Amino acid sequence: MTAIAEQLPVAEGVTGLRLVVRRFLRNKLAVIGLAVVVAFVLFCFVGPHLYHTDQTHTALDAVNQPPSARHPLGTDAVGHDELGRLMYGGGVSLLVGLAAGALATIIGMLWGAVAGYAGGWVDAAMMRVVDAGIAIPALFVLLVISAIVSPGIWGMVAILGLVSWLVPSRLIRAETLTLKNRDYVLTLRAIGGTHTRAISRHILPNSVSTIVVAATFQIADAIMLVAYVSYLGLGVRSPQTDWGGMLSAGLTAVYSGRWWLILPPGLAVILVVCAFNAIGDGLRDAFDVRGRS
Amino acid sequence: MTKTILDVEELGVTFRTETGEVPAVRGVSLTVAPGETLALVGESGSGKSTVALAAMGLLSGNARITGRVAIDGTDIVGSTTGKSGAAGKAGAAGSSGAAGKAGAVELSRLRGRTASMVFQEPATALDPLTRVGAQIVEVIRNHRPVSKAAARQEAVELLRRVGIPDPARRAAAYPFQLSGGQRQRVVIAMAIANDPSLLIADEPTTALDVTVQAEILDLLRELAADAGTGVLLVTHNMGVVADFADRVAVMLSGEIVETGPVEQVLLRPRHEYTQRLLAAVPRLAVAEPGESAAQASTTVSARPSAGVTPAAEGSAGEPVVRLRDVSVVFGRGGRAVRALDQVSIEVRAGETVGLVGESGSGKSTAARVALGLIAPSAGAVSLFGADLRRTRGRSRRRLRAGIGVVLQDPVASLDARMSVAECVAEPLRVHRSMSARQRRSRVEEVLDRVRLPRALADRAPRELSGGQRQRVSLARALVLDPRLLVADEPTSALDVSVQQAVLEVIAELQADLGFACLFVSHDLAVVQRFAARVVVLRAGRIEEQGRTDATLLHPETDYTRRLLAAVPVPDPAVQRRRRAARQAVAGAGA
Repeated sequence: MTAIAEQLPVAEGVTGLRLVVRRFLRNKLAVIGLAVVVAFVLFCFVGPHLYHTDQTHTALDAVNQPPSARHPLGTDAVGHDELGRLMYGGGVSLLVGLAAGALATIIGMLWGAVAGYAGGWVDAAMMRVVDAGIAIPALFVLLVISAIVSPGIWGMVAILGLVSWLVPSRLIRAETLTLKNRDYVLTLRAIGGTHTRAISRHILPNSVSTIVVAATFQIADAIMLVAYVSYLGLGVRSPQTDWGGMLSAGLTAVYSGRWWLILPPGLAVILVVCAFNAIGDGLRDAFDVRGRS
Repeated sequence: MTKTILDVEELGVTFRTETGEVPAVRGVSLTVAPGETLALVGESGSGKSTVALAAMGLLSGNARITGRVAIDGTDIVGSTTGKSGAAGKAGAAGSSGAAGKAGAVELSRLRGRTASMVFQEPATALDPLTRVGAQIVEVIRNHRPVSKAAARQEAVELLRRVGIPDPARRAAAYPFQLSGGQRQRVVIAMAIANDPSLLIADEPTTALDVTVQAEILDLLRELAADAGTGVLLVTHNMGVVADFADRVAVMLSGEIVETGPVEQVLLRPRHEYTQRLLAAVPRLAVAEPGESAAQASTTVSARPSAGVTPAAEGSAGEPVVRLRDVSVVFGRGGRAVRALDQVSIEVRAGETVGLVGESGSGKSTAARVALGLIAPSAGAVSLFGADLRRTRGRSRRRLRAGIGVVLQDPVASLDARMSVAECVAEPLRVHRSMSARQRRSRVEEVLDRVRLPRALADRAPRELSGGQRQRVSLARALVLDPRLLVADEPTSALDVSVQQAVLEVIAELQADLGFACLFVSHDLAVVQRFAARVVVLRAGRIEEQGRTDATLLHPETDYTRRLLAAVPVPDPAVQRRRRAARQAVAGAGA
């Protein structure tokens, strides 16, 4: 009875990957963000192979040196080369951030999809769990757990993932609520397709834009959280470090003018977090058909 | 030259999109005189709505407009300067003076006062958070310096004129408290609030049931006749054209291919496209007043009826699907809605049963019960002889392998992230263990059957037209050789020419494969051609049922009679008689 005829030529929700890429590339900030992230990934993971430094042994004959030809960013209080440390710590930050962001998104995705698809009391119960989780400050949980178990890199990933999946789960649930009543899902159910198939073959693939955008912001948040926890001295343990740990270690140097211990990791965190947020914004606009005018 | 209220000359509209320039309208010229109704007809994408929007200066910013549009002598789009750009975006300052071209201020004065518009969907045309009376008052006070109290009085009077019962009280209602037809009446009240000399109606009745559509058309016709308003009616429905229009302009891919008086265009079309279009319109065979039953049924059988195969008519045996005393209640307590009430329907092998009724009558719910998507609150459903209540899990899923489904929306029916082949193959993946190559060959076989080229198999659904997409849905429904096909408004979203092709494919395959078909539709003409038996639903109850030819020609209940009388037929002379008969009945009943 409703005439869809008039809107037919416009395929709703259908965006060719090429169109998405083109729209993303038109967003200058997002492209800059992507360039920054790529640059940092190369810097942190390829850099150490080109610029060899010793980040495990202390070198007490070369502590607190200002930038020089041998140490472009000087050395820290135990003689580690600061540029090398920036690469090494950055690798940990990025790795934890990416992995924790991905873990949070995956948990949230499954939780949200199952809750939204099942509906009824299952949905109500699952979402009350999420509400309760959101009511407790994530940072508080994070600090308490890190203080108790003093985690390594993968421990950090697990803890971060477990405290930050709540928001993605809500997003995916909302998406699932609209998708589960699409005609193709109803058709599949009518001919006897399983619920697992409906979720894995139709609902999740069609939520991919929401998932990707959520994941990007999750990564930015995770990098921030890792830095925060490490800054408070509860992050990965020495001699491992990350940017937050470097900031913490350099804290005392602020008053003695050793800027090279503070500025580089601080700027790196800011740049990477901003870059991921810009990418997230760009992806959201690129995927969102209705957002265009 | 006679005075015209709307004058469109050589209108061209091109949309700039991300994928390049899309021409929508080319060289369209038309006029509407006061008191005259011009119908602009065409299929989807023909550009008819674009012309209507251009006439109001309402096109979006990415439209490039050429040519000239004048309302009551004022240029909305000027050609004298050859300037391009969206109408209404033209600079307000100065441009309205010398050239006689309307600036933004003048344009907004023109809209709602000299010319006003009625849109398709009454649900979105009204502000959901404002009382309807206040919305009418706003329209009045935007254009005329009257006091609030006087405007409120006028609003109530307007609601009375458009036939809203108890208008003083209804003025305080919010849109959601009104029915779809009443909402459209409010939209019309707003449109005529300032006695416009031009009314542009873009598919004003498409979202409404036929009985409501007939009332709204009556209302519009009366209002236009009383006030001498010129009407530009945009529609795809030839019956509505026959009912309402004085002249017709037929559009095809952005151009007008034929213009003329309604009798001439609908009865003696000259352009080959108009002929094709009219030939594809499913016509409701009607018993003319005074005509005997015998005569009438010969009219029906003389028609090349697509679905009614001789075998289908007298088929006996165990029903493929059977609903027995099924009731469905949504919600509970005081808010419970009884969507189906003691409904019993049977469909046998090779037979097509049409399920008709107005929106909210429960026809889609009944189809979904048959599909097992909605569990009945009471009553029993048996599918292929097995009671659905007694089956669970795996055996129930296996039972469902015998069902094929085609739903209404060609866009939402196919997962946009799958290729055509994947869509069609999905039931095979669910129910059969086959190698990729076996699956592929089966898919190609079915694509052949629904007459889609195999080359489409690897395309994405979005690259296909609406008709092709519905045929992909049909292919998916047939891939498991179903014993039951449930089709819920399978062609409602399609243009008539495409609708015919899709229905023919279904009928042909049914004759070959012998599946039972439960066919839900609001279009009585389609059901009449397609179904051997028909079930008329009203508010969740079965009003009557029987053989289609008998039931739809000589209905036993008033409801079915009213439903049939409200269907406009694409013949102006016949439609005029039908209208008179319907109004006489309504008048006698009141």
